[in-house]
Amino acid sequence: MKKSLLDHVLDWTGRIVLTAIVGFVLLPFVVVAIASLNESAILSFPPDSLSLRWYANAFEYRDFAEGLVNSLKIAAFGALIALVAGAGFAYVLDRYDFALKGLLNGVLMSPLIIPNFTIGLGLLILSAAASLPRTMWLVVAVHVIIVLPFVVRSVYVSLKNFERGYENAAESLGATPGRVLLTITLPLLMPGLISGGLFAAILSFNEFTASLFVVNQRTQTLPVAMYNYVREYADPTLAAVSVIYVVVVAVTLLAVHKLFRLEKVLNVE
Amino acid sequence: MKKRPFLAWFVSPSALIAFGIAASFLAIAQYSLRAHVPGALEPGGFTLDNFTTLWKAVYGRAFLNTVLLCFWTALFTLLIGYPLAYAMVRHPSPRLRSALLLVSLTPLFLGEIVRTYSWIIVLGNRGFVNGMLMEIGLIDRPIDFMFTLGGVVIALVHFTLPIVVVMLAAALAHIDRNLERAATSLGAGRIRVFLTVTLPLSIPGIVAATSTAFAWTFSAFATPQMIGGGQVQTISTMVYQVGFASFNFPLAASLSLVGLAFTVAVLALFNLGIRRLEKIGAH
Repeated sequence: MKKSLLDHVLDWTGRIVLTAIVGFVLLPFVVVAIASLNESAILSFPPDSLSLRWYANAFEYRDFAEGLVNSLKIAAFGALIALVAGAGFAYVLDRYDFALKGLLNGVLMSPLIIPNFTIGLGLLILSAAASLPRTMWLVVAVHVIIVLPFVVRSVYVSLKNFERGYENAAESLGATPGRVLLTITLPLLMPGLISGGLFAAILSFNEFTASLFVVNQRTQTLPVAMYNYVREYADPTLAAVSVIYVVVVAVTLLAVHKLFRLEKVLNVE
Repeated sequence: MKKRPFLAWFVSPSALIAFGIAASFLAIAQYSLRAHVPGALEPGGFTLDNFTTLWKAVYGRAFLNTVLLCFWTALFTLLIGYPLAYAMVRHPSPRLRSALLLVSLTPLFLGEIVRTYSWIIVLGNRGFVNGMLMEIGLIDRPIDFMFTLGGVVIALVHFTLPIVVVMLAAALAHIDRNLERAATSLGAGRIRVFLTVTLPLSIPGIVAATSTAFAWTFSAFATPQMIGGGQVQTISTMVYQVGFASFNFPLAASLSLVGLAFTVAVLALFNLGIRRLEKIGAH
């Protein structure tokens, strides 16, 4: 079929619009990459001369290193706790009826609509009222609350697409419920558990607003350390940190894409 | 009912977390009814003063700013996100589709700080846009993006775009292509097929994406805080300021409570809309 003039116009409009949108999405990252190479502490576009000194500065700044360690610890503990609690809850949500099931589900899912600053404020007030110290575990608790709904959803979806026949077969052959769970259910749920846990860890690692309310100097996470840096200094060190951040995330996503195909994970096929 | 192995074991951890959520929510509610004692972190006796204080113009302004930001951000995010989602699902080249997916998704995993900081570099007075425009002589003094509502909207659109694109793409991916083929075979042109078949069928997805965009914008803190720089106060920045600059946690609690009531009301409206649409779709 021959393309009409209108078709050509539409095709080209589509291309131009798409290029502009992709440009908008990528613009800040390209700009921040240029800024990170700016030699002087005061930004200028285009840069007068180039240097890598801000990358060196980013690696030497103590708060970033400590923040990174804190963030990794908090993300690991938070994701692990959320995974154990969330997987258990998704299981009973899918399989059983019990008193207050709806209420429990509602409360656990509420962080999806409660703003993070409200969650942070709530836990801060609660810990103050209960005279709890502001330790790392308070930050972990906040992160568990925020990421739990995503873990529950991820595992719940896996359970919905689950072939119950294997469990029934094992059960009818005399396996105890514990054995069915360990040898059939858990292995079959692995993809859902891994993607749920991974997603929880990434969300926790990036969480900023709620954390800002509950951290102190000793427990501050990397995003909080970065925020405090911008408030104190105007030099492009944070641009260097941002570039490292973007590269690590993009490479990770590319790896996940190669392994799992993101289209499938996100249900956009 | 058959036997239910593991029920207690599997429910207890999440029940404990739910208890924590409920307790912190009650803590906020309780603080919102307590008097602020200047200089002390312990709140005073019970009072309704915090809620009457919220009628002051500063808080009204913060509320209005939040609503404006939510509206403009949702509008522009949809206008930009729809074509992107459409190309991501429909473009004939699988490589381009994958590339678009990666490009739209990467920002989702970058957190608010990296993205907001990057926009400060783009929009600042000595930033990329102003620097380049002055370099080529198009303007001789910088355009103000920082500390303006418009600047905050630009960064918030970028912040909200990935999740909206993913939701729209999921909605578009689940449209039955046969309906479009039927329209085409009956002689409808591309524009007509889009306007009368594809677009109406994706409306539930649009509504769902809009409600998520609203919730994200409402919840955003770093972007209005850093780009607004105190000139564009929102409910979130106000809660933080009242809490950590004047240590008036009772007022911060009542402000977040009112904000939460507002969010719940708006999201309930969206939900009602989605239900209605699903009913129409079912007929």
